[in-house]
Amino acid sequence: MTDQQQADLRHDEVEAGTQTVLAAPSIDVTNARQNSLWSDAWDSLRRNPLFWIGAVLGLVFVLMALIPQVFARGADPRACNLANSNQKPSAEHWFGFDQQGCDYLANVVYGARNSLIIGLLAVLVVLVLGVLVGAVSGFYGGMIDSVLSRITDIFYALPLILGALVVLRSGTIGRGVVAVAIALAAFGWMTAMRLVRSQVIAVKSSDYVAAARAMGASNRRILLRHILPNAVAPVLVYTTITIGVLIAAEATLTFLGVGLQRPAISWGLQIENGQSLLRTAPHLVLFPSLILTTTVMAFIMMGDALRDALDPRQRA
Amino acid sequence: MGRYIARRLLLTIPVLIGASFLIFAMVYALPGDPIRALGGDRPLAPAVVAQLRDQFNLDDPLLIQYVKYVGDLLQGDFGTDFRGREVLDTIEQRLPVTVKLTVVAIVFEAVIGIIAGVLAGIRRNGFLDNLVLVSSTIVVSVPILVLAFVSQFVLGVKFGWFPIAGINDGWYSFLLPGLVLAAGSLAYVARLTRTSVAENLRADYVRTARAKGLRNRDVVIRHTLRNSLIPVVTFIGADIGTLMGGAIVTETVFNLPGIGRAIFDSVQAQEGAVVVGIVTLMVFFFIFFNLVVDVLYAVLDPRIRYD
Amino acid sequence: MTRPELSEHASPAALPGTPVLEVDDLHVEFRTRSGVVNAVNGVSYSLAAGETLAILGESGSGKSVSAQAIMGILDTPPAVITGGGIWFEGRDLLQQPAEEQRKVRGPGISMIFQDALSSLNPVYSVGYQIGEMFRAHRGMSKKDAKARAVELMDRVRIPAAKSRVNDYPHQFSGGMRQRVMIAMAIALDPRVLIADEPTTALDVTVQAQVMDLLKELQRDTGMGLILITHDLGVVNEVADNVAVMYAGRIVERGTVDDVFSDPAHPYTDGLMGSVPQVEAKGGRLQPIVGQPPNLAAIPSGCPFHPRCARRRLGAAAAPGKDCAADVPPLRLVVPGREAACHYSEEVLGV
Repeated sequence: MTDQQQADLRHDEVEAGTQTVLAAPSIDVTNARQNSLWSDAWDSLRRNPLFWIGAVLGLVFVLMALIPQVFARGADPRACNLANSNQKPSAEHWFGFDQQGCDYLANVVYGARNSLIIGLLAVLVVLVLGVLVGAVSGFYGGMIDSVLSRITDIFYALPLILGALVVLRSGTIGRGVVAVAIALAAFGWMTAMRLVRSQVIAVKSSDYVAAARAMGASNRRILLRHILPNAVAPVLVYTTITIGVLIAAEATLTFLGVGLQRPAISWGLQIENGQSLLRTAPHLVLFPSLILTTTVMAFIMMGDALRDALDPRQRA
Repeated sequence: MGRYIARRLLLTIPVLIGASFLIFAMVYALPGDPIRALGGDRPLAPAVVAQLRDQFNLDDPLLIQYVKYVGDLLQGDFGTDFRGREVLDTIEQRLPVTVKLTVVAIVFEAVIGIIAGVLAGIRRNGFLDNLVLVSSTIVVSVPILVLAFVSQFVLGVKFGWFPIAGINDGWYSFLLPGLVLAAGSLAYVARLTRTSVAENLRADYVRTARAKGLRNRDVVIRHTLRNSLIPVVTFIGADIGTLMGGAIVTETVFNLPGIGRAIFDSVQAQEGAVVVGIVTLMVFFFIFFNLVVDVLYAVLDPRIRYD
Repeated sequence: MTRPELSEHASPAALPGTPVLEVDDLHVEFRTRSGVVNAVNGVSYSLAAGETLAILGESGSGKSVSAQAIMGILDTPPAVITGGGIWFEGRDLLQQPAEEQRKVRGPGISMIFQDALSSLNPVYSVGYQIGEMFRAHRGMSKKDAKARAVELMDRVRIPAAKSRVNDYPHQFSGGMRQRVMIAMAIALDPRVLIADEPTTALDVTVQAQVMDLLKELQRDTGMGLILITHDLGVVNEVADNVAVMYAGRIVERGTVDDVFSDPAHPYTDGLMGSVPQVEAKGGRLQPIVGQPPNLAAIPSGCPFHPRCARRRLGAAAAPGKDCAADVPPLRLVVPGREAACHYSEEVLGV
């Protein structure tokens, strides 16, 4: 434990005491501690070029998903002319044309929206599942923890792509954007659960939670006001990185033929189509790959920068 | 230690059963009638269909089907696919390919990852350190799918340095797919090693080693690397299990007839018995290597005792 | 050859023998991104065989940094030795190539640290770590080295040494771990042993045992002992001479009895007033006001002047003795006593 953390803990103990004895309404100790953590983190983030590169790339990606027509330079992804089939990139059409003779820039740009929706939706479900199961498991311990941890182990033993592949192929939940997101989340929540669980266990046994408990704070209050705020930092780092990972996983599933289907526009579909034309028209694989990679990198860079900022031990 | 291993093995059983049931339930919820699909254009005689359905227990409730399946499994019978081919034969034929691929990947991961990480960690903030930091961020960010295609196109098609697909060139065929499969873990190993070495170099016991007048080589190798590599070695150990199950994309892109490719094909062909059999085996490997790592941890770090 | 403990006055000059170690005007600075930190600013002292010299000071006074400079184990960068000399057995170590310096560490000068748990490598047995001294410097085989390790563990009175030689540091108690450190440090009969806060992390009763052990080993071997500490009690019990450090300088030096009974520097005086003393029951403890100096911006003149109750500034000061402008040199105040204060005579009341 660093001196700072120790000082924080002591501060919390004192505050936890005063709070109940004087019935002071709501200067929550955890808030004060969190505030300094976040302002320190922001100071460190601001000075990290990695964070800014990631943030700018991420912003471009989000804008692309929101207003694709601006990035597509006016081209309609579905206005195709077979005469242009597989044409190479040109000054007029930066990314060339695909096999059907559709403007490829427009297609790649319009692919961002599905990626973003699936990434965000899947990570949301991951968070809900992970935080819920993890918090309950860590907080109550005992039999509940054993059972929930074992269930987590079961899912953990199945690789993400494999599990999602089987679920989507079974067709029970369809093949749409929501289905893909749910399939990914169903096999991707375990790390979040373990993260939250270990944080909860660590904070639960700390002195200031013992103090709060001694002062008669309820379980619900301890969990919501003391324990969960402490888990926010690592979960935030994990979430940021995971959005990138899930976007890549979506493309992979779609490529394997169990994700999104035409007429949906998706980078995975574009890579899959381009695959057979790799020798004659490599740009068909190159452009969606490039933009997919850049997007994933944006989230991973932001996540890395966040981790450096939020974990003082890692600071140089 | 023995008791710990026994307890861990015991805990493994519910996970193994749970995971195989999960996959079993999902697989047998696959829509469509595989038996009818088998007949193709010409419908099979109703008697034949009934006989096949009976043979594969398709008319039993799911749980009964699963219990019968596990019963057979425990006697070493993985069942047959719909064409009558033993699943065990498929595994025996496919597993060596995946094992070779994993071996190549782990070697890349360990050798390149550790060397890069050590060089970066020893000279923190130096040129090599920044190079490793930047390149590992990039490598981690490239989806394996993209990496597979780009390397296949550039190194295979353009330069012709590596075979593009298949396994006709012996170990040489596995170099490129192995590197692709290892890439993400390799970058992670490099980072883990870097952090670990840099942290340990600042440790008090390294200062002690210097104060003892040890040669610099001994200070670095015996008192820094030996300690730094504990988390790295355990990560690599656990990664064996992960890589074996994660080869679906690599094996598909490079057309390697391993178990990843077999799973993909079987899911498409709705060959439930093959999917469940192979996945169960993979889960077993995954759990096994995680157990090995826990034991390894205690061997490498005397502070860890499980009793 | 050294005076018995708690004996009456003996001046440093009265100690026999030529010095084994001489530190001459040592300067160390840390060059960090946020600026240069002047950790050691012209420290000189000498140590005779069999002598125990205590270096006393707050954290940040430069006492540990100067010791690590002597050992040649400063982290460079950021630390840089910018001047001075460290003379050991007739040679200036700072002028020696790295390999020669290394050969001195262990057989010539060795060091023990405050926290034995973190200072011992957790993944090697204590026998291995003690034996390493013989393997690195004497080229001994692994087996012989381990046998010597057992002997040393016996010598520092670790019970059942033979059966514990293969145990790991975490399996020992704090006091026993510090004994392991000591065994390692004395393995090659060094001429000088530097003990950096050797008992700070230990229980009081164990502290006394470890100090007794150190003194006993010193009597047996005649090695010089540099004891770095902020614990006045320990200094009083075991040291012959004491050097008080403040802001990277020595501000007072003399025999322990002299310095403790009658300080010549206001900082030393403050230190004496800030600890409870058995003789002075009922008196109030007087903490030294203010903060330890920021080594990146050491106050002008006497570095202690912002905290000093006796400071004289401007017109109140004697010519050339303005505490905020003129750096007081370390000078002989009375025979056997040096202090770096313009007004030491007043402090002493002579």
